[in-house]
Amino acid sequence: MARTKSHPHYSAIVIGVSFGGLQALQTILPPLPADFPVPIMVVQHHDPQADDFLARHLDSHCSLRVKVAAEKEKATAGTIYLAPPNYHLLIEDDHTFSLSYDEKVNYARPSIDVLFESGADVYGKKLIGVILTGANSDGSKGLRCIKQCGGIAVVQEPLSATAASMPEAAIAATQVDYITPLDQIGALLRTLLDTSSKSTSTADDNCDTI
Amino acid sequence: MLVKEQNQSQVKTARETEKIEITLLLEAIFLQYGYDFRNYSTAHIRRRIRRHLELSGMANISAMQHRLLTDRDFFQSLLYDLSINVTEMFRDPSFFLAVRNTVVPILATHPFIKVWHAGCASGEELYSMAILLKEEGLFSHLQLYGTDFNDMILSKAKEGIISTAAIQEYTKNYQQSGGRSSFADYYTARYERAIMAPELKEKILFANHNLVIDQVFGEMQMIVCRNVLIYFSRELQNRVIRLFYDSLCRGGILCLGSKESLHFSDLQDNFTAIAEKEQIYQKNY
Repeated sequence: MARTKSHPHYSAIVIGVSFGGLQALQTILPPLPADFPVPIMVVQHHDPQADDFLARHLDSHCSLRVKVAAEKEKATAGTIYLAPPNYHLLIEDDHTFSLSYDEKVNYARPSIDVLFESGADVYGKKLIGVILTGANSDGSKGLRCIKQCGGIAVVQEPLSATAASMPEAAIAATQVDYITPLDQIGALLRTLLDTSSKSTSTADDNCDTI
Repeated sequence: MLVKEQNQSQVKTARETEKIEITLLLEAIFLQYGYDFRNYSTAHIRRRIRRHLELSGMANISAMQHRLLTDRDFFQSLLYDLSINVTEMFRDPSFFLAVRNTVVPILATHPFIKVWHAGCASGEELYSMAILLKEEGLFSHLQLYGTDFNDMILSKAKEGIISTAAIQEYTKNYQQSGGRSSFADYYTARYERAIMAPELKEKILFANHNLVIDQVFGEMQMIVCRNVLIYFSRELQNRVIRLFYDSLCRGGILCLGSKESLHFSDLQDNFTAIAEKEQIYQKNY
């Protein structure tokens, strides 16, 4: 049962982002190293008929592999998974993905709450939830759920967000661990996962730790 | 810190307990009513049951289990919530366009065409297919079947009533799907509701059929089952693909949802993709 390379404290990161997402994801994801030890799952709100442009675009700019999550695919380290347009993304107990065409949640499909809540069920305290820029309040219920299960909550500092209402709603909904400017979230994640090779302490120094 | 850790271990216990409660609930549903949700996606079922619990105002899942064992109406309302009822007219216009361009010429070679929509819910996509096949001149030798395990949603499908709130979106979908006429030709609107044209309704037979436990439905020239398999375990998906294979004539067409494919199935070599992006397959001759 010895699992190589699994991280002692964390098993996965979930990220929720809406309006202004392309720029935010482009800032955070490309610097993450190819040996990043946990899978990253992202819900970006977009047009239901969008194609896989975002995945292809990010994949060409990231060291990690970026792809649209497929039904029954197993979440593994080294990969960033995006929820497909017009489907909710959920994670199962065996760490495989499920897709759902259920009702929209917070007017959104995929919904950040849906991913975060299922992630909290599966990973418990080994989950890091990140809420980025957005003009609605999707994800705040999910982030609260992650906190209730003992996980870590990270929210983009609203002033650094293209649209502040989603980060603000998340901060209002639960006791957030880190409120961090966009350009420092990547470093924070590396610090939490101990993969920051040079400036390990940068993130901690600059974050409001609650 | 100690308090926090205690809280966390309580939460974990609560979640473990909930898992057991859900397993027991699904077992109770199966034993009492014969509906089998034990091979559905756990994350999906958990969401649905939690939502139903919240709306029911009951204390916990075990209380729900006790009630549903003796109260059929309560069970029916849970059943309604466990089935997938989200649909729209000409959902995924590109799929319907592919049917028009690629599938219709194949269907036209059959002397009589039977089309089965498995898991048709309230029937919007089935009525869409009826419109499409009428416009393509296949109506005179056509029979459509719509099945679902949920009687409440089936009776809604039979009524053929759609919400006028979505008509604008449906009209756009219809146009994008290659519609040859005006969408308004196919319904009569009154107040907030629109009813599908009688000529469409006459072509459709609705029946209760459960993909999880029931057998072959009949020999079909086309089977449409979109966004149903995503809720099933691999094992159950394989069972259903086998059921579809057995229900299709040689050269018959199988249409799945855009995120569903046959790649995992042991029967994939018995099908050929004819519109890969839209997940449209033809059973080999």
